[in-house]
Amino acid sequence: MLQTKTHRNQLVTNKLIRQFAEGIEAKEMLADMLCITVQKEFVPEVLRFLRDDKDLDFNFLTTLCGIHHPEKEQLGMIYHLHSFYFNHRIRIKANIKINQPSISSITSIWPAANWMERETYDFFGIIFKGHPNLKRILNVDEMTDFPLRKEFPLEDQTREDKDDSMFGR
Amino acid sequence: MTFGNYTDYYKKDLISSEERKEFNTLNVGPTHPATHGVFQNVMLMDGEFIVETEQTIGYIHRAFEKIAERRPFYQITPLTDRLNYCSAPLNNMGWHMTVEKLLGIETPKRVDYLRIVVMELARISDHLICNSVIGVDSGALTGFTYLFQDREFIYEIFEEICGSRLTTNMGRIGGFERNFSEKAWDKIKYFLKKYPSKLQEFENLLARNRIFMDRTINVGSFPADRALAYGFTGPNLRACGVDYDVRVMNPYCSYEEFDFIVPIGQNGDTYDRFMVRQEEMRQSLSIIQQAIDKLDLLEDKDTYFAKDPRFVLPPKEKVYNNMEALIWHFKIVMGETDIPVGEVYHSIEAANGELGFYLVSDGGRTPSRLHFRRPSFIYYQAYPEMVTGSMLSDAVLTMSSMNVIAGELDA
Repeated sequence: MLQTKTHRNQLVTNKLIRQFAEGIEAKEMLADMLCITVQKEFVPEVLRFLRDDKDLDFNFLTTLCGIHHPEKEQLGMIYHLHSFYFNHRIRIKANIKINQPSISSITSIWPAANWMERETYDFFGIIFKGHPNLKRILNVDEMTDFPLRKEFPLEDQTREDKDDSMFGR
Repeated sequence: MTFGNYTDYYKKDLISSEERKEFNTLNVGPTHPATHGVFQNVMLMDGEFIVETEQTIGYIHRAFEKIAERRPFYQITPLTDRLNYCSAPLNNMGWHMTVEKLLGIETPKRVDYLRIVVMELARISDHLICNSVIGVDSGALTGFTYLFQDREFIYEIFEEICGSRLTTNMGRIGGFERNFSEKAWDKIKYFLKKYPSKLQEFENLLARNRIFMDRTINVGSFPADRALAYGFTGPNLRACGVDYDVRVMNPYCSYEEFDFIVPIGQNGDTYDRFMVRQEEMRQSLSIIQQAIDKLDLLEDKDTYFAKDPRFVLPPKEKVYNNMEALIWHFKIVMGETDIPVGEVYHSIEAANGELGFYLVSDGGRTPSRLHFRRPSFIYYQAYPEMVTGSMLSDAVLTMSSMNVIAGELDA
């Protein structure tokens, strides 16, 4: 049956709320994509449910990545899922406290997550529990920092010839 | 006859620790003539057979996601060039469309068609390199030297359009920097006339060639369900028999008006990947022809950017003679354009698969977070599963037929 995107979004939201009432923190439409924030403990179950439920059928993990919100002292995980059958994309988010940066790995759901989680660990320092081989992937092994966190500014901060206040970041 | 696949035999539990002592460790790469780029593979070998392998990547990591957090939006285009440098215009257009989606810019039809011409030319140049390199790795250098003349010609077309060849930095947010010149159109039409017979000649060299078929059929084959689980997209997924193409599933840039076939394979082996790319080049040629026909039907022949002044530099005569134009020019160059708060995900069908841009804007002059979904990075992790149990020379062919581009892999 052909359904509009709005219908599909509604269906996903309803099913998730029915299944994981307390685990769903927020839902919003961002540009053209439904975005659902779930508690980080629920991430593997929610993703597995989205993959295995026949009415939702999100069979494909498009991408996952991390994000840093320094003002909230939070890290975030962002998963993009795609259902080929219904041609429907959604985004799942989870917030992680920066002093306990850990979340369960989803490599058992999609093996594609393996390197993407390693990349996220490499750049944001998020520990993926249950990951088979969690080590740095693009940076050198000896590195101790997590470079995509916002506390590492790009340019040399000792420079005095540039006034950033004139030009934003 | 091919040697088939010994994957089951080399499953770890079947091999005793005594047997493992007999195996050799072979270090392929980081720079190796057979790997076309900076890839390292540490392989455990049983004679000629691969028991297990582990890739090391990141040798040319350039931290684009971090650099992008300090660049105004239009300065990120040159970074995208250096992802898949074999088809830079595709990445450029993908990035422009992502920003347009965030800003809500509607591009005119003419811009869409011009973009499609450029994107399909880039797709041809990428597939052409991949396919001719499969030939080289199986020992046939001739096709490679034939087709590289055509790649050179595509780069001449790019040069005519934007002034540069490999890393093009082509186009602007909202359209192109200038209209296509007459010479560019002449070259594109000449290419459309000449290339099909060259492509056929190339295919005649390899497609029914006994040696090539023996070397590629059933080599590096991968079932569709594993491919989907591993996040394959693009020609590699289509070779496994899944007809997923972003141009059809989520049309962008007016692709829905075009008539083309999405070729698929059956076994997902090296031969299928070769044939899928071969057919995609033909479809690309047909799309370019359709785009040219549509452009001829359009009355307006001068529009090359959207009617949205936020990212279009005013013409130089105005900048030199008119104060407002100079201010506007300065504002754009300094990245002082107003950007809304928001986040978008936009993906295009790049030469290797779904190239996605996840852009988070906090209203500043630069993105607050920009993540590239790089197809090579995601599907290259399936490589050990694809080559375990096969011979080293087949693993080389498998890698070149997957078209892993080091720049895209390492970002």
